Amino acid sequence: MVDFWALALIPLAPLLGAVYNGLLGSRMQARFGKPAVHVPAIVLPAISFAVTVAAFVKMVSLPAGERNLFCHLWNWLPVGGLDAGLAFIMDPLTLVMCFVVTFVGTLIHLYSVGYMREEPGYWRFFSYLNLFMFSMLVLVLGDNFVLMFVGWEGVGLCSYLLIGFWYKEHKNAVAGMKAFVVNRIGDFGFMLGVLLLFWGMQGDWSQGRFRPQPQAASAAGVSAQQPEPAVPAPTAGLTFRHVKERLSEPAFREAFIHKKVFGISLVALIGTLLFIGAMGKSAQLPLYVWLPDAMAGPTPVSALIHAATMVTAGVYMVARLNFIFALSPFVMTWIAVIGVLTAVFAATIGFFQHDIKKVLAYSTISQLGFMFIAVGVGAYGVGIFHLMTHAFFKACLFLGAGSVIVGCHHEQDMRKMGGLGKLMPVTAATYFIACCAIAGFPLTSGFFSKDEILWKAFNAGNLILPGGGIAVWLLGALGAVCTSFYMFRSYYMTFSGEYRGGSRAHDRETGAHADPHQPPKESPRSMTCVLIALAALSLVGGFAGLPRLWHLPNYLHQWLEPVFEGTAGLIRDAGHGASVEWALMALSIALALTGWQLARWLYLDNRNPIPQKLYASRAAWVHGIHALVYNKYYVDEFYNATVVKAVMQARLALDWFDRTVVDGLVNVTRPIVLGLAWLHGKTDNRVVDGAVNGTASIISDAGGVLCLLQTGNIRTYLYLAMAGGIVLILASYVLF
Amino acid sequence: MTYAVMFYALCALILVSSATVALSANIIYSAFSLLFAFIGVGLIYAMLSADFLAITQLMLYVGGILVLILFAVMLTYQIEDSKRSNQSFSRWLALPMAAGLFALLTAAVLLAPWKPHAGEPPFGPMTAEIGNSLLGPYRLPFEVVSVLLVVGVIGAVVVARKEIRER
Amino acid sequence: MHIGLTHFLVLSAAMFCMGVLCLLSRKNAIGLLMGIELIVNAANVNLVAFSHFFGNAVAGQVFALFGIVLAAVGVTVALAIVLALYRTFHKSIEVDSASTLRG
Repeated sequence: MVDFWALALIPLAPLLGAVYNGLLGSRMQARFGKPAVHVPAIVLPAISFAVTVAAFVKMVSLPAGERNLFCHLWNWLPVGGLDAGLAFIMDPLTLVMCFVVTFVGTLIHLYSVGYMREEPGYWRFFSYLNLFMFSMLVLVLGDNFVLMFVGWEGVGLCSYLLIGFWYKEHKNAVAGMKAFVVNRIGDFGFMLGVLLLFWGMQGDWSQGRFRPQPQAASAAGVSAQQPEPAVPAPTAGLTFRHVKERLSEPAFREAFIHKKVFGISLVALIGTLLFIGAMGKSAQLPLYVWLPDAMAGPTPVSALIHAATMVTAGVYMVARLNFIFALSPFVMTWIAVIGVLTAVFAATIGFFQHDIKKVLAYSTISQLGFMFIAVGVGAYGVGIFHLMTHAFFKACLFLGAGSVIVGCHHEQDMRKMGGLGKLMPVTAATYFIACCAIAGFPLTSGFFSKDEILWKAFNAGNLILPGGGIAVWLLGALGAVCTSFYMFRSYYMTFSGEYRGGSRAHDRETGAHADPHQPPKESPRSMTCVLIALAALSLVGGFAGLPRLWHLPNYLHQWLEPVFEGTAGLIRDAGHGASVEWALMALSIALALTGWQLARWLYLDNRNPIPQKLYASRAAWVHGIHALVYNKYYVDEFYNATVVKAVMQARLALDWFDRTVVDGLVNVTRPIVLGLAWLHGKTDNRVVDGAVNGTASIISDAGGVLCLLQTGNIRTYLYLAMAGGIVLILASYVLF
Repeated sequence: MTYAVMFYALCALILVSSATVALSANIIYSAFSLLFAFIGVGLIYAMLSADFLAITQLMLYVGGILVLILFAVMLTYQIEDSKRSNQSFSRWLALPMAAGLFALLTAAVLLAPWKPHAGEPPFGPMTAEIGNSLLGPYRLPFEVVSVLLVVGVIGAVVVARKEIRER
Repeated sequence: MHIGLTHFLVLSAAMFCMGVLCLLSRKNAIGLLMGIELIVNAANVNLVAFSHFFGNAVAGQVFALFGIVLAAVGVTVALAIVLALYRTFHKSIEVDSASTLRG
C-alpha cells in the first residue's frame, strides 16, 4: 500500500471543471465564446488521464502482489467501528477502469466540441459531463462502500441531468426521470445489500437468532482508537480491504457462509440485493427499460454514459466485490442467467428497430448481458476485459451514429438514411470496423473478449444449473449471432445504397429546421479524429488480453490477477480441454460471419425485397411477431399497467389520507383555538382593561374625595390643624 | 401667702379676659378684654422675677400690638352689624376640642416628673443678665430678629398698599 | 399654699386653650389674630415659668422676649393682610369670604 497523493487529482480535476463551467460557464461563453468553456472542460479530464498514466507507471514499478496506491483525504464517518473515510485506492482493477473512463471520456469531450457546436447551453453540457466524470471516478476509486455509493448516486444524477439536457421537450424530461427512478430502485437494493453485509459481519448467529458478540461491541469501540494486538480487530468496517481480509479468514468465512436470515442464506441475500443495484445501473433484465428511452439525450451522452462508463459500473461493482459473490453459487448462477437472458432478449429487440440510436441502445444492453455472464461464471477479469473493449467499439459506434445524425440534419430513422458510405467515408469506415469488433471478427478486440466469455461460460463448474455452463453458452452463442446480424443490418441500412433522405427532415433533437435538400457531408475534424482513434483501439485493444490457448501472453489477465486471487479457489471450472476451446473459438468465428452474411444479403443496398415483403405481408403471425418484437415485448406497457399504476393509486390513497385524516385532525383544533381566542379576548377586555380602568377610576374617585378637604375655608383648616395636633399629642402620649 | 393670693387673682383676671376674648360677640369687647389679658400676663411675669420682660410686655403688647389691633378693628369696623360683628361660629365644636386639649395638657403637666431646683427660686433683677446674653451668647438671634423685623415691616407695607393701576 | 411650677403651667395651658377656642370659633379675621396672641402669650408664660423654677436661667426669658418680638412681627403682617382682605372682598373681613382657593 503505497501512498500516492496525486490519486486525489483524478476525480478532483473534472470536479473543478464542473464547478467552473457550472458557475461561470454562461458568462464565459457569452464573453469569450465557446473555447472558454470547452478548453478547461477537455484539459481537466486529460489531466486525470495523465495522472492515471503516472499511477500506472508507479504501479508497474511495484512488485506484483502489492500494486496498491492509496490516498487518504480525511476521516469522513468515524462512528463506532465504522471507518468510512474519504480515501481513494488504486489497485489494478481500478486502474483499468480509470484508464477506460478517463481516456474514452476525454475523447468524447473532444467529440462534443463539434457535435454540440450550435447548442446555446454549451457550458451546461460540459459542466454536466465533467460532473459525470467526477462521479464515475469517485465510484471506481472509492475505497469503501459508502464512497462507492456516493459515486453510484452521482452517476445516476448526472445521467438524469444529461438525458434530460434538452429539457424543454417533454419526452426528454420524462426519459430522464424514468432513468433516475429505475436507477433508484436498483440503488435501494444496493443499499440494502450493503447494510445487510455490514450487519451480518458483526455478531454471532446460533439457532438462527442474531446475538452481537460480547467482545465485538467493546472491541469495535476500543480498537477504533487504539488497535491492540491482543484484542481482535473490529468485526465490521466498510472498506473493501477490510471486508476482503475478514472474508479470507477461513473460520470467519465458513461461519459467514452458513449464516441465515429468516432461513435464507445471508450471503445469497446480500449478493442478490447488491446485484439488484447492478441490474438497475447496468440495465439488466427487469430494470433495463430506462436505457432505450435514454437515447433522448445527446449522442455524446449516450456514448459516454450509456455505453462506456456508467452502465459498466454494475460490472465493476460485481468484479470489485468478487470476494462476496464468489461465496454463493446461487448468486453467481443468478447473475449468469440474468446476463444471458438479457443478452438474447435485447438482441432480438434490436432486429426490428429503425432508430439507429435505439439499435445501439439494445446492443449495449445485450453486451452488458455478456459482461454479466462473464462475472457470473467467475471470470471477473474477462468481464472487465470485455468492458474495456466494449467501451472502445460501442463509443465508436455511438459517435459514428452521432456523426451520421448530424450529417443527416438530425434524422435518426435508418429508413431515411442510406448511401452515406460515399458521402461520409470516415464515419462509414470507422463504423464498419466497430461493427466487426462487436460481432467478434477474428483479431478484433471484441473477438478476444467475447470468445473468452463464451469459453468460460462453457467451462463453468460453479453454476447450479443442470448441464452447468453449457446452457449459458448456448444462449450466449445465439446472442452473438443476433448481435452480428443486427449490427450489420444497421450498417448496411445506413451506409449502403442510395440516400433515401430528402423529405422534410424534422430536427428532433434541437427543434430547428434544416435545409432538407442539402446532402449529408462528412463531420468536422474534431469528430472524425475521435472516431478514428476509437476505431483503432477497437482493432488493437484486444491484444492486451490474448488467449492462453495461443500460448501468447495475456497481459490484462496477469495485471488483474492479484485482485481476483482470493476467490480463485472458490471458482471451479468444468475441466474441458483445450480442444474444446479451439472448437468453440472456430464456432464463434463461424457464427459471426454467418450473421454478417445474412445481414449483408438482406440489407445491402436495400436491394433485397424480403424485408419489404415481410413488412407488407398480410399474414397475421408475421404481423404478430413483428409487433411484439418491435414494441419491445410490451414490457414498458406492462410496467405502466402494474408498477406505475400501483404507485399512482398509492399516491391517491395517501392524498386521501392527507386530506381527510390529517387535515381533519388539524381542523379539530379549530374550535379549540377559536374558544381560546374568545376567552383570551374576554379576559383582555374585562379583566385586564377592567383592572387598568379600575385603577384609574379608583384614583380619580379618591381624588374626588380628597377634593372635599380643599374647601378653601380657613376655619376648616384651622379645625383640622387643631384636631391633628391633638391627635399627635395623644398618639405620642400613648406610644411613648 | 400673698403670693398665692396674687397668683390666683391674676389667674382669674387672665382667664376671664381670655374667655371674653374668645366668646364675646362684639369685637370691641374682645379687643379690650385682650388688653386686660395682656396686663395680667405682664404681672405674672413680674411674679416670676422677669421684671424686664414684664415691662417689655406692657410696652410692646399693650402699647404696640394692642393699639395696632385696635386700629385695624376701627378701620374695618362695620357699624351696621356692630352687635353681631364677631359672631361665634360652631361653638359647640370648638368647646369640646379646646376642653379636650386642656385636659390633655393638664394631664401632661401634672403627671410629668418635674424636678425643679430645690429651695426657693431667687428673685432678682434680670435686666442686666438679659442685656448681657443678648449681646453675648444670643447675639445671632438678636441680629436675625432685627433683620426679620425690617423684612416684616416692609412686607406688611407691600401687602397693604393700594394697587396702582396704570390708566 | 405654695405656688409651684405646675400652677403656672396649668395657667398657661388654660390660656392656650382659650386661645385655641378663640381661634376656632371666630369668623372675624382680627378675632383670629387675638386668639393667636393669646396662644403666644401662653407659651411665653410657660417659658418664663420654666426659667424661673429652674435656677433663674436667663435663657427662658430671652426666648420669651424673642417670642414677643416675633408675635409683633406676625401681627403686623397679619393686619396688613387683613387690610388687603378688607379691600378685596368688599369691606368684609370674614375669613369665610376668602375661599376662592377651593379645591
